[in-house]
Amino acid sequence: MTERIRFKLNGQPVELTTDSERMLLWVLRTDLGLTGTKFGCGESFCGACTVLVDDLAVRSCATPLKNVQDKGVTTIEGLAKGGKLHPLQKAFVEHDALQCGYCTPGMIMNAFSVLKKHPHPTVAEIIEGMDDNFCRCGAHNRIIQAIQVAAKEMERGN
Amino acid sequence: MKDDQYSGLEFLEQPSEMEMSRRDFFKTAGAGIYVLFTIGDSLVSWQERQGIPQRSTPTDFNAFLKIGEDGRIACYTGKIEMGQGVVTSLGQMLADELDAEVESVDMVMGDTDLCPWDMGTFGSMSTRIFGPALRTAGAEARYVLLELGSEHLKIPVEQLTTANGFVIDKTKKENRVSYAQLVKGKKIERHPTGKVSVKKPSEFKIMNKSLTRRDSEEKVTGKAKYAGDIRLPGMLYAKVLRPPAHGSKLLDADISEAKEVEGVQVIKEGDFIAVLHKYPDVAESSLSKIKAKFDVPKSDIDDKNIFDHLLKVAPEGKVVAKEGDLQAGQNGAKATVEATYFNDYVAHSPIEPHTAIAQVEGNKATVWASTQNPFTAKEEVARELGFASQNVRVITPFVGGGFGGKTRNLQIVEAARLSKMTGKPVQVAYTREEEFFFDAFRPAAIVKIKSGITDRGKINFWDYHVYFAGERGAQHFYDIPNHCTTVYNSSWVGAAGSHPFATGPWRAPGNNTNTFARESQIEMMAAKAGVDPVEFRLQNLTDKKMIRVLKTAAEKFGWKPMKGPSGQGFGVACGIDAGTYVASIAHVEVNKTTGMVQVKRVVCAQDMGLVINPEGATIQMEGCITMGLGYALSEKVVFKGGEILTSNFDTYEIPRFSWLPKIETVIIENKDADPQGGGEPAIVTMGAVVANAIYDAVGVRLFQLPMTSDRIKEALKKT
Ligand code: FES
Ligand code: FES
Repeated sequence: MTERIRFKLNGQPVELTTDSERMLLWVLRTDLGLTGTKFGCGESFCGACTVLVDDLAVRSCATPLKNVQDKGVTTIEGLAKGGKLHPLQKAFVEHDALQCGYCTPGMIMNAFSVLKKHPHPTVAEIIEGMDDNFCRCGAHNRIIQAIQVAAKEMERGN
Repeated sequence: MKDDQYSGLEFLEQPSEMEMSRRDFFKTAGAGIYVLFTIGDSLVSWQERQGIPQRSTPTDFNAFLKIGEDGRIACYTGKIEMGQGVVTSLGQMLADELDAEVESVDMVMGDTDLCPWDMGTFGSMSTRIFGPALRTAGAEARYVLLELGSEHLKIPVEQLTTANGFVIDKTKKENRVSYAQLVKGKKIERHPTGKVSVKKPSEFKIMNKSLTRRDSEEKVTGKAKYAGDIRLPGMLYAKVLRPPAHGSKLLDADISEAKEVEGVQVIKEGDFIAVLHKYPDVAESSLSKIKAKFDVPKSDIDDKNIFDHLLKVAPEGKVVAKEGDLQAGQNGAKATVEATYFNDYVAHSPIEPHTAIAQVEGNKATVWASTQNPFTAKEEVARELGFASQNVRVITPFVGGGFGGKTRNLQIVEAARLSKMTGKPVQVAYTREEEFFFDAFRPAAIVKIKSGITDRGKINFWDYHVYFAGERGAQHFYDIPNHCTTVYNSSWVGAAGSHPFATGPWRAPGNNTNTFARESQIEMMAAKAGVDPVEFRLQNLTDKKMIRVLKTAAEKFGWKPMKGPSGQGFGVACGIDAGTYVASIAHVEVNKTTGMVQVKRVVCAQDMGLVINPEGATIQMEGCITMGLGYALSEKVVFKGGEILTSNFDTYEIPRFSWLPKIETVIIENKDADPQGGGEPAIVTMGAVVANAIYDAVGVRLFQLPMTSDRIKEALKKT
């Protein structure tokens, strides 16, 4: 159904009139031109399309636009503030926690959500929280390290 | 360099001619110092021996570096970056040879208009074959700078040195001139003379030192552009009607309902039907409104009986190695082991599916594509559109993983075709289902081995037959007096009538299957001999490099001699791939009730000659070990005839966080040796090392990859 949808995207209000059953992933990537959020499987399996809705990770390939009405959506483009990388982004760079980088935006957004739930995560909590995000290049162990380091950094209020 | 380092490479497509002649190139080139070079004479002579036409490798040049008026150094190459880290390691080589900062080096890659022809990025060739040529070119450029500096400073070359982008008087450091200043207003062309030598390992400042990736910042902020991220005004997203099975024929299609959707354009040309819209999701939902009938060929071949079929249709074998007398060996054996090994079809499954965007304007086409071989794609597009190939440009942005799978470019050709038909830029991006359907899988394969040992625990004969996996890694490296290796179908592409769909190169093609079979067989003989598996290998090895690699792995693991199966869950495997020697040791736990395997720890030692970026090489090893868990434990394509039943990650399980073992890697210091492959070797041992560890844990041997929990339960039941 064509509807007017309003939400906050990376802190900025947006409004669009389109079929509200369309998946958020495509609206972000095409209508709104934010291509950092990736398509990997289209069926909620891989996590490449992960974004935050009110600070919690969702799979944008399976989130109809109507679900974000009046909410706050954050994509990978909205994570760095004032030209400063978010501690997760910084830790991913420092730990070489990526290869091809295609899974990376989804990994970082999902990790953000994991750290919201577990600000002082154990390795087991990180693994459990990240387990449904896939990386074909095999950066997993470095991603776990990066998340641990970022958690400490965020604890210090950075 | 030995021939076998290249075995398994195949040149499926040959470009018609060298696209960029020297003369054309210099007409358009700006000021700068240019060093034009050709990669690998050894590669050319290898191609000659294989009967590959010479014109496929330009005799002129196929890469060049440029030092610009701004002092920046750029390397132009048709190679691409798909995660393997060459943007970093090639940059390190150049910066070091030129005494410049890594930050001042730009890698311009995979753009067919800017870069000279290259056959593609695969076979672990970027570092080991392209690398040495690049370094030579860098050294040559440095010499040109010294000559220019000598003229400028009026000081003999012998009295000059270079550092941080400057030519400097050795006797008076403030007497110096920057590269930028020297290049200003000049246009100089050089070819490597071979007279200038590259740096000795003792002189390295940047090479052989760890450096983090240079492309991370773009990738963690979402700024990095992959093919699907290119946006062009008026661009349409296309979804193409696909058959339910390979070999199907379209009988009838009703497109009327799809046409009704607002803003949709339906293209129908013969049995090529596509739906286009300015939103990809609308294109996709409209495609499902097409009612199509197909004639699907009947076939009884499926993932269970495929092995019988393959054995039945196997072409004649080719003996690739032979020594001694098998019969005599067999007569002298105290015990023999005979076994058959299998592996199922495996998919590449990069997280980025095949994607392309094409813009055809008049008689020119520009394409952005996720591909490992942009120059092949260029020819394919030119052929499809009937364009002269110089009117087609393929640009390769970041590639989201390839592993050998992005050498087929169907999506590129489709995007180009649709752009020509609609007059608009068109994107074709595969869904995950299409990605599985069109993947050129790692072939299903069979290995039969009969081998024996003397009463002193020496292997005295080895009769090896490999069907359909390919030749890479088929030859053993043990000291065996009587042996014979026979290869049936030496390529990853099957003879006609063999595989029901396309097969192709998959990370370390052939070698995963061959190493799984060989190293399982070795371990079975060790058990028969009642000798510790590490000790058994050592007593049957004379290759010093392999002995050192194995001992290094054993030491790092803390290996204690044992008789298998010990119940501890420890396994060993060795392999050679792309010139690199690998030994892995794994610790696994097997749940006897569920059949589930948890790999707890993997130690991997590797001798890869000179390592340009140890950190990058370590990451590649970790990636190999992780990816290898998948083909070892879970990855298997399910099909019935040409129908691919595997369509997404719910049924095709790739490794996830909870599967990850503790990974410990050791790279053996061997700076004076030529660099060898790094992106593939460590994956080849993963099937065998896990199989051997499972055997050590629960006493059952698995002869088929993947070793799924069902197969393990089945095997446990039989004992
Ligand atoms: S694309 Fe959404 S989970 Fe894979
Ligand atoms: S870095 Fe390539 S998929 Fe994760």
